[in-house]
Amino acid sequence: MSTHSLSAAPVTARREVSQFRLAINAVRAIAQRDLVVTAREIVQFLLQAMIQPLFFLFIFGKVLPGIGLAAHGFAALLLPGIVSLSGLLAAIQGVTLPLVLDLGFAREIDDRLLAPLPVWMVAAEKVLFGTLRGAFAGACIFPMALVILGPDFSVRTDRIGMLVLMVLLTGATGATIGMLIGTIVRAEFISLMFALIFTPLIFTGCTYYPWAALEHIRWFQILTLANPLTYCSEGLRYAMVKSGGGMAFPTLDIRVVIAALLVGIGACFYLGLRMFLKRVIS
Amino acid sequence: MTDAITVKNLVKTFPKSNGNAVDGVSFTVRRGEIFGLLGPNGAGKTTTIGVLTTTVRPTSGSAEVAGHDVAHDQIRVKQRIAVLPQMNNLDRSLRVREILTFHAAYHGVPKRQREALADSLLKELGLFERQNEKIARYSGGMAQRVMVARALMHEPEVLFLDEPTNNLDPQSRLFLWERIQALNERGLTILLTTHDMDEADRLCQRIAIMDHGKILVNDTTAELKKLIPGGNALELQVEMGSGVEGLENRLDSLPGVIKVESMGSSGDGPDGAAYRIYAAEAGALVGPVVQAATGAGLVIRDISVKNATLEEVFIYLTGRHLR
Repeated sequence: MSTHSLSAAPVTARREVSQFRLAINAVRAIAQRDLVVTAREIVQFLLQAMIQPLFFLFIFGKVLPGIGLAAHGFAALLLPGIVSLSGLLAAIQGVTLPLVLDLGFAREIDDRLLAPLPVWMVAAEKVLFGTLRGAFAGACIFPMALVILGPDFSVRTDRIGMLVLMVLLTGATGATIGMLIGTIVRAEFISLMFALIFTPLIFTGCTYYPWAALEHIRWFQILTLANPLTYCSEGLRYAMVKSGGGMAFPTLDIRVVIAALLVGIGACFYLGLRMFLKRVIS
Repeated sequence: MTDAITVKNLVKTFPKSNGNAVDGVSFTVRRGEIFGLLGPNGAGKTTTIGVLTTTVRPTSGSAEVAGHDVAHDQIRVKQRIAVLPQMNNLDRSLRVREILTFHAAYHGVPKRQREALADSLLKELGLFERQNEKIARYSGGMAQRVMVARALMHEPEVLFLDEPTNNLDPQSRLFLWERIQALNERGLTILLTTHDMDEADRLCQRIAIMDHGKILVNDTTAELKKLIPGGNALELQVEMGSGVEGLENRLDSLPGVIKVESMGSSGDGPDGAAYRIYAAEAGALVGPVVQAATGAGLVIRDISVKNATLEEVFIYLTGRHLR
């Protein structure tokens, strides 16, 4: 039989590598796999993440103020909202859609679950990758906005550190929400879910209006506090909007913003991880 | 040297189900052996493999694979095993070659080594020309080959095959059987589940027959076949008639008969009866059995000698056919 030559290295004495090293190696390789897959569809990814903000910025930041239907300077308030929305959505999609496939009928995730690492790290890698994906999408808004808004592009430069932190927190918020959705919702309901979750999320998330301006619609102002996007938008506003005439631009207290986001990220990660483990181990 | 797999009193109960999916199973698989778990669908084979490959948590009992406990030392277990699943679970986002190299990378195989191994496996399995395609373009048999190649990318010590040839065409099936044997000759321990008697008989050195979550017997194929009293049997099918009553007793009293089993109303029509007559020399009983049946006024539909096969052993143990 010619088949006796079948490869596969002979079973030799195994190099004893520490479990920690094994797990770190595996996570790195899994992240590399995600990177390869994402890089291959980078055009698709950018189109998906950028088309909507592009039109929003153009219509609400350029056209409406241009014809006098929005106040001059609205673009500066709008931009943080667009960054937060784009980052959040890109992160959610970046985790939810692959996860639904992974856990779906074909169980494509099995190969990674059988890699020598604790199963929870497979989920953690997904969240980490989704976070970076969301942060990348959020960061891509800036050059685009510079082109579209031209002279109306206005971002304060003395809070860059806070800006980076907020972009990352926005990504992490989206990624953990994405894991929760991806582990709870079954594949056949996923597009319905997007419609049901995304529309309210987008419009009650202080994307197109600053939170403080809602004080005359008090019930709505309170309602927006239930939306994680509100904290992302307000935090980004804190980091981006220049203060006018010596007055700081009023936003939600940044300490409240960060605390709320950290609690939300922690809670979604915990619940999402529990659901994930339930789905992959019986 | 320890055994490759040791399973002790393993029980798995799934929530919301009555009864145990695996119900107190114990067995060992020696290093370098091909061991088969044979049984009908729902016997608990896949659940047992799930426990051994760390994806199913045992309710009670214990299991060790390659010297490591599956419940407490999962990383060490996963490092040493490979799984060929029942269904295609290949990563559809990757190209075929990448499926292999990334799998090896997950297991910490150095880059140069994994590229070389991917080269030789792709060539040997006839996948080299199409290594840059995605799996969606592959046929079932080809996808199976990719899964075989993937399983071999990280030097596993124990290979699990869950009904590996279930959905394969005859050619791919033969191909896989040869591969399994070749791997075993190189020292790989293999545990496979199947409901295909022929497959089990052909590949396995030892077999455990499972049904309803329990292991009924566990021995070499040769020893299992000796379980059938006398070694072989005669199967008789008659059309239903008044003479059916008492036929079983009459058959039982024939000289040389060890045991008669009524198989119920099997056969082509609804109104038939079938019997299995175990004897030391079943062939010699054809004449007397025909006489006994026709003498009772019955019409014979079929009579045949059944040599000892695993299927016969299974029927002997459970009183029913495997599928």
